[in-house]
Amino acid sequence: MLLDVKHLEVHYRGIAAVKGIDLAVAAGELVCLIGANGAGKTSTLKAICRLIPSQASAMAYAGRDIRRSAVHELPRTGLVMVPEGRGIFAQLTVQENLAMGAYARGGGDPESQYAAFPRLKERRHQIAGTLSGGEQQMLAIARALMGEPKLLLLDEPSMGLAPMMVEKIFEIVRDIAARGVTILLVEQNARLALQAASRGYVMESGSIALAGSARELLDDRRVKEAYLGEARSA
Amino acid sequence: MDTFLQQVINGLTAGSVYAVVALGYTMVYGIIQLINFAHGEVVMIGAMVAFTVINALAPAGLPPLAVVLIGTACAVPVCMLVGYSMERLAYRPLRGAPRLAPLITAIGVSIILQHLALMIWSRNVLAFPQIIASRTYFIAGAAITTVQIAILAICVGLMGGLALLVYRTRLGTAMRATAQNPQVAGLMGIDVNRVIAATFVIGAALGAVAGVLFGTYYGLAQYTMGSVLGLKAFSAAVLGGIGNIPGAMLGGVLLGLVEALGAGYIGDFTDLCQYGWLSGAIDACEGGGQFILAGSNYQDVFAFIVLILVLVFRPSGLLGERVGERA
Repeated sequence: MLLDVKHLEVHYRGIAAVKGIDLAVAAGELVCLIGANGAGKTSTLKAICRLIPSQASAMAYAGRDIRRSAVHELPRTGLVMVPEGRGIFAQLTVQENLAMGAYARGGGDPESQYAAFPRLKERRHQIAGTLSGGEQQMLAIARALMGEPKLLLLDEPSMGLAPMMVEKIFEIVRDIAARGVTILLVEQNARLALQAASRGYVMESGSIALAGSARELLDDRRVKEAYLGEARSA
Repeated sequence: MDTFLQQVINGLTAGSVYAVVALGYTMVYGIIQLINFAHGEVVMIGAMVAFTVINALAPAGLPPLAVVLIGTACAVPVCMLVGYSMERLAYRPLRGAPRLAPLITAIGVSIILQHLALMIWSRNVLAFPQIIASRTYFIAGAAITTVQIAILAICVGLMGGLALLVYRTRLGTAMRATAQNPQVAGLMGIDVNRVIAATFVIGAALGAVAGVLFGTYYGLAQYTMGSVLGLKAFSAAVLGGIGNIPGAMLGGVLLGLVEALGAGYIGDFTDLCQYGWLSGAIDACEGGGQFILAGSNYQDVFAFIVLILVLVFRPSGLLGERVGERA
């Protein structure tokens, strides 16, 4: 397993946001973590990135215990996150944002990202805050790719985007996965996430309610009712 | 006319030093939203260390420029160490604490440093030895000395160098990224604590040089010199928009100009004898006499008038945009 998390707990001022979940991602997989708002998905990702304090009986990335790692140490090992709300540096240029993505490995050439995202190339010297929401999401993903991730954590990449842009972002996510990057995707758009993923976890109020192959979850009655908006069949 | 030009020259000289000191305030504020009130003391320590070395070397018969350079070269690392230590020992443990806690700590650090300086150097004023034979040039009736020219040139160089560092290097980009979003900067692999420490160290190095320049300009250094100089530079940073690097440069120069012009003309404006309806009532005015209410010794007032006006009418400063984002 590239990422192996056992009994992860996250507390905010005594309130349990994540209640002892197990989660594993094998190299090459695209795994999604779906669930309603407040189910603990983002807390789980933040705990893995060490952005927030957490307890776990095991948290290993590429065979290394990361429970004591500092936030900035993980990108150097190929564990890279695209945070919720994109987290671009709004007052830096597009190119500077990309340069920061490669900071962990001492710098990199943005040309490979410009080839994949021509729109970003056109706007390379523009202040990132002036980009549209979709462009900002592309920038956030391209910036993460500058770090040459082995495991990419994506937190709600479709949030706040127009439907066409959502499709486009999912296309990009599938492309990245096809290139062999392992992805753990947190999404509220359960249908698109399960269609892209090979495996999925369903989180409900801090616990894993369901886990299985994406196919199984798409066909699961409870998932259909709660997350895919399909009417209860007779 | 020559009063005006003269005061512009004086104002630009002092203002460029304010600008370099203001950079130390604004960089730290930009990255951790802390007004580091102890920065003025760092500047003072720079001047004191340099003056101690310069006074020790002055009789040795070295070229004056070499003596000043050696003094500065000693002051800069000392101040960098002071800057690093205060961040590491006083501010880093308070990261994430309510903003008032580090602010009060900064005032405490300022008092500690000032009293350390008092213990080391006593209350005595350190005078700059008469080793530089300053030449004076005249432009359109206004005088400019070689010391003033040197101060202006060094300050412009420091500001240019800092701008290059902040806007053209990897460390500078990381500093700006950290200022905007420290969490995400960490996710990029930026060691946020190191970047913050680097900011303090760079600001302290600039402050050290500014302290030497300021001391050289006025010919003396004392353990209290950091307070007023620091407050003025802080006012300059607020005038330009605290957190904004070009703003600190602009604010410093403007503040120097306002102060010099204010000091140059306040005597004329407050000479009651020039107001005809009053002059008759004042004996001193007879026969072309003067009755001046406030003279150039009121110079220091102008910086604070500017600070108050900015806070009242444009709290975000001249180049600042982010108003009320962080209360």
